[in-house]
Amino acid sequence: MPPPSALAESAGRDTSAVAPSRPRRTRRVTLVAGLIVCVALLAVVSLLSIAVGSKQIPFSTVIDALRHYNEANTDHVIVHSLRVPRTVIGLLVGAALGLSGALMQGVTRNPLADPGILGVNGGAALFVVGGIYWFGLSSLTSYVWLAFVGAAAASVVVYLLGSLGREGVTPVKLALAGAAMTAMLGSLTTALLIGDVDTFDQFRFWSVGSLAGRGSDIAGPVAPFILIGIVLALVSGRVLNALSLGDDVAKSLGQRVGLARLFVAVIVVLLCGAATAAAGPIGFIGLTIPHVARLVTGPDYRWILPYSMLLAPILLLASDIVGRIVARPGELQVGIVTAVIGAPFFIILVRRRKLADL
Amino acid sequence: MENLVEHSLAADGLAVGYDQREIIHDLSVRIPTGKITVIVGANACGKSTLLKTMARLLKPSRGSVLLDGKSIQSIPTREVATKLGLLPQSPTAPEGITVADLVGRGRYPRTRWIRQWSKADDEAVAAAMTSTDVLEIADRPIDELSGGQRQRVWIAMALAQETDILLLDEPTTFLDLTHQFEVLDLLVDLNKQDDRTIVLVLHDLNQACRFGDHLIAMKDGAIAAEGNPREVITEEVVQDVFGLGVKIVPDPVAGTPMVVPIGRHTTRADAQPASVSSAAAALAASAAANGVCRPTDR
Repeated sequence: MPPPSALAESAGRDTSAVAPSRPRRTRRVTLVAGLIVCVALLAVVSLLSIAVGSKQIPFSTVIDALRHYNEANTDHVIVHSLRVPRTVIGLLVGAALGLSGALMQGVTRNPLADPGILGVNGGAALFVVGGIYWFGLSSLTSYVWLAFVGAAAASVVVYLLGSLGREGVTPVKLALAGAAMTAMLGSLTTALLIGDVDTFDQFRFWSVGSLAGRGSDIAGPVAPFILIGIVLALVSGRVLNALSLGDDVAKSLGQRVGLARLFVAVIVVLLCGAATAAAGPIGFIGLTIPHVARLVTGPDYRWILPYSMLLAPILLLASDIVGRIVARPGELQVGIVTAVIGAPFFIILVRRRKLADL
Repeated sequence: MENLVEHSLAADGLAVGYDQREIIHDLSVRIPTGKITVIVGANACGKSTLLKTMARLLKPSRGSVLLDGKSIQSIPTREVATKLGLLPQSPTAPEGITVADLVGRGRYPRTRWIRQWSKADDEAVAAAMTSTDVLEIADRPIDELSGGQRQRVWIAMALAQETDILLLDEPTTFLDLTHQFEVLDLLVDLNKQDDRTIVLVLHDLNQACRFGDHLIAMKDGAIAAEGNPREVITEEVVQDVFGLGVKIVPDPVAGTPMVVPIGRHTTRADAQPASVSSAAAALAASAAANGVCRPTDR
């Protein structure tokens, strides 16, 4: 260690020349380029999602349907009223799941956290089942609101339980409260289902998670929530970066930790609640995608979030397309495909590289 | 760094506790500005609690911490973060973060979402890395560094915050002797360079005497003695605070007080009290009878 006088001199002298170091600047360029590649991939997958389906429609007709829509043409109608809304929902739900997964892992500093930890899926499921069982509801549009309200209610309860005690909300208490709540909601849901075959029959399609049969009547109500959630999520990268250093450091850097957690939790409920409402519970995307993003970006949430937002819908739409192809003329629900693709992928990720200690 | 405003840190009638248990009772203290203050005391005496409370990480149940004469709880936390920095005991970094990125996070209170990174931030980060001598490892991930390097990086992060007051909770724990002195020397440099006020918790009394301008000895959540090392580290105070008999001699290198513990086994085998040695003999006999080998010379 040089003597203090030398230190003072070198600290004062020409420090602007050394910073920022060249690797950091090139890294930024690489990351921006990566985002552009993701956008391009997403565009390709979206187009495929519109072009591929159980009914074979020539690609030229698909393009034609997008550019000069003709109501008299059945193929055009299929593209317009089925495939486009389905793809739009896939984009919205995917982005929402990817972002809420990254937010959840960031705020709990737990690499295994997924949005379900707040009880979102459990709450949504119970309310949907309750709606079917007691009120005989059967339309997907009515499920949307039930699921959304259920997700929000469960999250509020989990959050309140997690914030009991003097030090307020901590990641561990949140995870425990969420796990307990999810178990309880799950058994209540099962109790309702087990006694009633009709309810079970109605519910089982919702419970897998699917993009099929979702039209603009579903996309409409959830879109505003997801869009607001996306904007809020993308500006919260700085806050998550501060939280990722631990509560004590975050606080001494001037971050109001409790407020930050609440803010992020609200965004997660908006995003994940809306996604679950639109497509039912879809697993693995919220858990896996942030880790994939992290492989590319490193631990900076200002990059993890946009990458998660773009990568998740790529995986979701690709899974949906696979689901349409493998079971022709029928379909495999996207929730099943993401689990089938996601699980081995996640295992590879865990084995290749010890999961990021958040 | 300009020192137009002299910062001051003090506690007034502080009481702090977790849940029902009160750790600190009615504690008042004034931290000397521009000096290195070391807090010492036995485990669980409230050292860290005091440090955290002074950094507004814990909210006192009574009394207040005064930063520049104002209650720290009433100042916006972001503003506090531009005046006072804290390095907790064992901070955790997100995996894979590079040195430069971690140091850059120290600029958090000085940037906004709207006003992103600027030249001033680059300069502050570079200056912090220069004075902690971590510039050459700027692009290495934290996980690959040695404990000493890592601690220097964390200090650099706190420095990038550009605060006049820096609090450190046991910055030398988990470091080997060389790295301990490296960190402590660095703190002295930082104190001399910018007249930074530094408060740290240390376990090693000899280091505390050598590096501290001002010592605070705590016992059971209160201040037992306070002043310069010569006044504070006396045989009586150490006996009172740590319950340990010691001899104090001048440190042959620095001339500051040096603590030599007496303990129970100082004289090894010879002069043990009769009862103990007869018990030991009985134990040895039974051990020999059972074919067990035990050390008998302690």
